[in-house]
Amino acid sequence: MDSQWTQFLAGGLTAGSVYALVALGYSIIFNASRVINFAQGEFVMIGGMSAVSLVATGVPMPIAVAGAVVIASIVGLLLEKLAVERAPRADVVTLIIITIGASIFLRGLAQLVWDKAIHPLPPFSGDRPIAVLGATIVPQSLWVLGAMVVIVAALSWFFGRTLLGKAMLATSHNRLAAQLVGIDVAKVLFASFGLAAALGAIAGVLIAPITFTSYDVGVMLGLKGFAAAILGGLGSFAGAIVGGLVLGLLESLSAGYVSSAYKDVVAFLIMLVVLFFRPRGILGALQSVRV
Amino acid sequence: MFASRRQDATNPWWASSRTGGIALLALVIALAPLAISNNYFYDVAIIVGLNAIVCVGLNLLIGYAGQISLGHAGFVGLGAYGSALLASRYGWPPLAALVAATAGVALLAFVVGRPILRLHGHYLAMATLGLGIIVSIVISTEDGLTGGPDGMPVPPLALFGLVVQGERTWYWVVGGCLLLAVWLAQNLIESPIGRALRALHTSEIAAEVAGIDSARHKLMVFVVSAVFAAVAGGLTAFYAGFITPAKASFLHSIELVTMVVFGGMASTFGAVVGAAILTVLPQVLTLLKDYEMVVFGALMMLTMIFLPLGVVPTLAGYWRRGAR
Repeated sequence: MDSQWTQFLAGGLTAGSVYALVALGYSIIFNASRVINFAQGEFVMIGGMSAVSLVATGVPMPIAVAGAVVIASIVGLLLEKLAVERAPRADVVTLIIITIGASIFLRGLAQLVWDKAIHPLPPFSGDRPIAVLGATIVPQSLWVLGAMVVIVAALSWFFGRTLLGKAMLATSHNRLAAQLVGIDVAKVLFASFGLAAALGAIAGVLIAPITFTSYDVGVMLGLKGFAAAILGGLGSFAGAIVGGLVLGLLESLSAGYVSSAYKDVVAFLIMLVVLFFRPRGILGALQSVRV
Repeated sequence: MFASRRQDATNPWWASSRTGGIALLALVIALAPLAISNNYFYDVAIIVGLNAIVCVGLNLLIGYAGQISLGHAGFVGLGAYGSALLASRYGWPPLAALVAATAGVALLAFVVGRPILRLHGHYLAMATLGLGIIVSIVISTEDGLTGGPDGMPVPPLALFGLVVQGERTWYWVVGGCLLLAVWLAQNLIESPIGRALRALHTSEIAAEVAGIDSARHKLMVFVVSAVFAAVAGGLTAFYAGFITPAKASFLHSIELVTMVVFGGMASTFGAVVGAAILTVLPQVLTLLKDYEMVVFGALMMLTMIFLPLGVVPTLAGYWRRGAR
């Protein structure tokens, strides 16, 4: 196999895993409430920045990672409690503006708590590159891919085997029916913000040693995660993962073979093409309109 | 906002929303210079006017037709850069450059509008967002043409041989354009097209059953709102004499939508008020320095939670209840 190609493949899968985690967050919240949470990217930023701060105070890496995920989850839960829950009958546009306001608020807060500088997080297990099939891969990439596999397994256990997971799945299929069989849909929405924030934070911590982190990394990562969610099919968990990986790969290949300056355009072009020709995404369910 | 009055044929002209509101706006524009003393305030007033022109157009799309766009800064940016490039690089007369750039934007909106406007809700939001981001990245990347992230200089606007210069002259030019924009919007709203738009906002299917070609109407209002944005963008470029990609950014698109929703959807004067408040507010908030973003974000959330209808319709509601 062409070694250059392997290199792009590895880079694409690494970035794609991060997009997939962000996309999962969008889909989880969308399923529980039909809300698109534009603050999803900020969870990625909070995860990365919190881990950097915790490591700087001398906390060992595993505890710093856990701490960062907890901090982001608390922010996610507060966002649901203090903002989204207060606007129960708001329409799509209003909710979009509320969550965009939240993302600006969180970015401003990050600027105050931390600063505007770019921070590196030390890699989990050294930075000596590994040669795989002619490509050189940083060990952190393997952490990202490995974590992705573990998270997919954990999520399928959560949604298939636990009561809360099943309740969330039921709510996504039919909110009213879920309510009628006794599921507390308000609690499902609350939990979905916590889970989405935790997934975002994990993505942020995983990618911080490779791309570094700062108060504004959430904007682009959030938008690309959204593009990935649309590409795979908004609301579909398998779709979010497929969408993230496909987006990461296409981006990496186009950066390598076409133009690296237009790398960021690729995600949005693909999204537009998908929206024009197959709005429900690769794996999304066909939705009918009720009159 | 004056929905109940519009039907009343016995109302005098000054109480109807079209003429009365425009007269009030003209009065505010005419009298404001008495209160504003230096060029800084003129500058803020001009930016308010330019943003208001975009918002009046965007409100037709969001407030009346019920179609969201998170990419209108892209049209502002294309209007600005199109005018700037034609005027500086190709030596076109500024006014011709502005008209040509606007026509180009209208054509683009017409071509991409049809597939985009087939989408609804979040999908429409995302498609317009994607379009806006692509435009903004292209502007930032093509630095040979646009100067990239550093921006590019723009020659001054000349009308019939006279160069428009200085804040005070620009104030009247922008004020006149804003009045024209509001007048056009109000006329459109009260025409059969406006009624068709409101019908398809309520229910697209019901509107189609009633014989309204919803695709054509949505496309038309999309093009009109893009034209408003392009004209304002071109004027902004000529006024500032310098243009950066920030005008075309995703964040500016969000600011524009927030202005419309903050002021009050389906209210042309709400769009103007929203543009005014949210243009002046960041100027005031710069006094807060590092706290600017936190306060701005918090205000966005709080307004949408507590005044979901927007400032103007909410206040108008109180006014009507009080008057009764």
